[in-house]
Amino acid sequence: MILQALTLTLRLALIVSVILLIVGIPLAYWLAYSRKRWKFFVEAVVCLPIVLPPTVLGFYVLVAIGPLSPVGRWYQAVVGHPLAFTFAGLVVGSVLYSLPFAVQPMETSFAAIDRKLLDASSLLGASRWRTFCRIVLPLGLPGVLTGFVLSFAHTLGEFGVVLMIGGNIPGTTRTISILIFDQVEALDYAAANRTALLLLALCFALLAALYALRRRAAWNVWGWK
Amino acid sequence: MSGEEISVRIRKSFGGERGAFGLDVEFSAAAGFTILFGASGAGKTTLLDCIAGLQAPETGRIAVGASALFDSSRGLDVPPNRRAAGYLMQSLALFPQMTIAQNVQYGLDGLARSERQARCTQILQAFRIASLTERRPRDISGGERQRAALARTLVTRPRVLLLDEPLTALDAVTKAQIVDDLRAWNREQQIPILYVTHQREEVFALGENVIALDAGRIVARGSPHEVLQRPQSETVAQLAGFENIFDCAFVADHPEQGTMTCRVARSAVNLEVPLSRIDRARPVRVGIRAGDILLASGEPQGLSARNVFAGTITALEQRDVMVIARVNCGAEFEVHVTPAAREALELQVGGKVWMVVKTYSCRVMQA
Repeated sequence: MILQALTLTLRLALIVSVILLIVGIPLAYWLAYSRKRWKFFVEAVVCLPIVLPPTVLGFYVLVAIGPLSPVGRWYQAVVGHPLAFTFAGLVVGSVLYSLPFAVQPMETSFAAIDRKLLDASSLLGASRWRTFCRIVLPLGLPGVLTGFVLSFAHTLGEFGVVLMIGGNIPGTTRTISILIFDQVEALDYAAANRTALLLLALCFALLAALYALRRRAAWNVWGWK
Repeated sequence: MSGEEISVRIRKSFGGERGAFGLDVEFSAAAGFTILFGASGAGKTTLLDCIAGLQAPETGRIAVGASALFDSSRGLDVPPNRRAAGYLMQSLALFPQMTIAQNVQYGLDGLARSERQARCTQILQAFRIASLTERRPRDISGGERQRAALARTLVTRPRVLLLDEPLTALDAVTKAQIVDDLRAWNREQQIPILYVTHQREEVFALGENVIALDAGRIVARGSPHEVLQRPQSETVAQLAGFENIFDCAFVADHPEQGTMTCRVARSAVNLEVPLSRIDRARPVRVGIRAGDILLASGEPQGLSARNVFAGTITALEQRDVMVIARVNCGAEFEVHVTPAAREALELQVGGKVWMVVKTYSCRVMQA
């Protein structure tokens, strides 16, 4: 039971953090360099999951993907079953919930890059794409790595959103944190303790590895070859 | 391709907090060094940014040879990566994650690998840093970094080279070597080099051609000698090292003596200055270098100098091997003497001294 919940959780965290890598990098790049006046609006939306109770976020996502919303109806028409209370639904909710944890470190490290380096790249004839690949991404890599690991770890431990959107279906939506909740409800404290300890160790190991890597100078470890 | 000329005619204004500031210049520069000289805030860097395409002027035209880089009348604004303008910024902006060789080859993207390496090796040898190819920017010295950044810019064979105080931080010897290497390089390339500086010594060391900028406008242009030794404007005078600049009123002409008398504003001090072609009805300014003023402990006799004043020392300060004295004789003068002179004359604050200023040490400018 614990193994099933663990693999489910790891699978969810991996898929979510990879999606956030793909979505987060361009979004963070835009937030770091755009001079649009309405940028603050996007920044506020991205950060909302940090302050919002997971139940509120989960509730709205549930409504949005439910059979009464256009999105939910469209999904059901295409796939054949509703999005709510499925693994795919969990992925949608978790991506939204962990978005700020991926985007913020990336944005910070992109914004910290000396603009003169970008100017210099352009003056040497490089297009914006080439400047992004050869200057922005390598120099911002520590932030990208942090964003990836934080969104992974954050998804490992989420509870409220999962419960609201996914419910508690073994093998489909029952993640480790839900399992702990179940075990406590059943007064099986010994099992709850083992599961909780596993999650604690996993999250700690991830963060320790991340910060150990970041201690080294960014461009020595991640230098472009 | 060789011997192209850059022509610039731009206007750009800045509103906002720092007060209205406008850049309004028109000049052209042939192949070889042209010095852009001015105090900080004169608009030098903005001008280079506009030429490189990092900032856009409001109106005007920038062209190298026959090809326009910017032309407001045609709505043309070539992006910086297609201007072929080599721009060495003050911060150098070497890419920290790359080795020197990778930095230098960065701008050679379109070339075959072998060609890239050949050109990289050649330019690194020309600038004497061939041994540094595998080092990273933070592992080499300041002078080496300047050479690497210069090599990275020049290896792309730009059509115009923009240098923003690139050598300011270097010692004189290193600076002279780099400039020699740059001159040698440009004997073959023959491109216009715009060299921005606020240092007088650099102007004399480098310049065939000087353009003096003040508050976004060109105030003088010519050889270093013409611009700095015969300043027509107060800005250039200050830059050229006139520590004393007095607002004066014209008093009398003495054509037979080749002099005229001007009175320093709000004082009774009359200065004998060279007879100059100025508008006598308008206020004038007189500039005197602090090092051109003589001090004496007693009243000097039998001098050719026309300006002799008794005064009191109000301040004394030693800076390196120079003593800066402020002397009040009705107007306050800054005077530079050697520490030896201070001892010999027993100079001290509150003490009496005589000040001697030759007529030809006074530079007359129209205010």
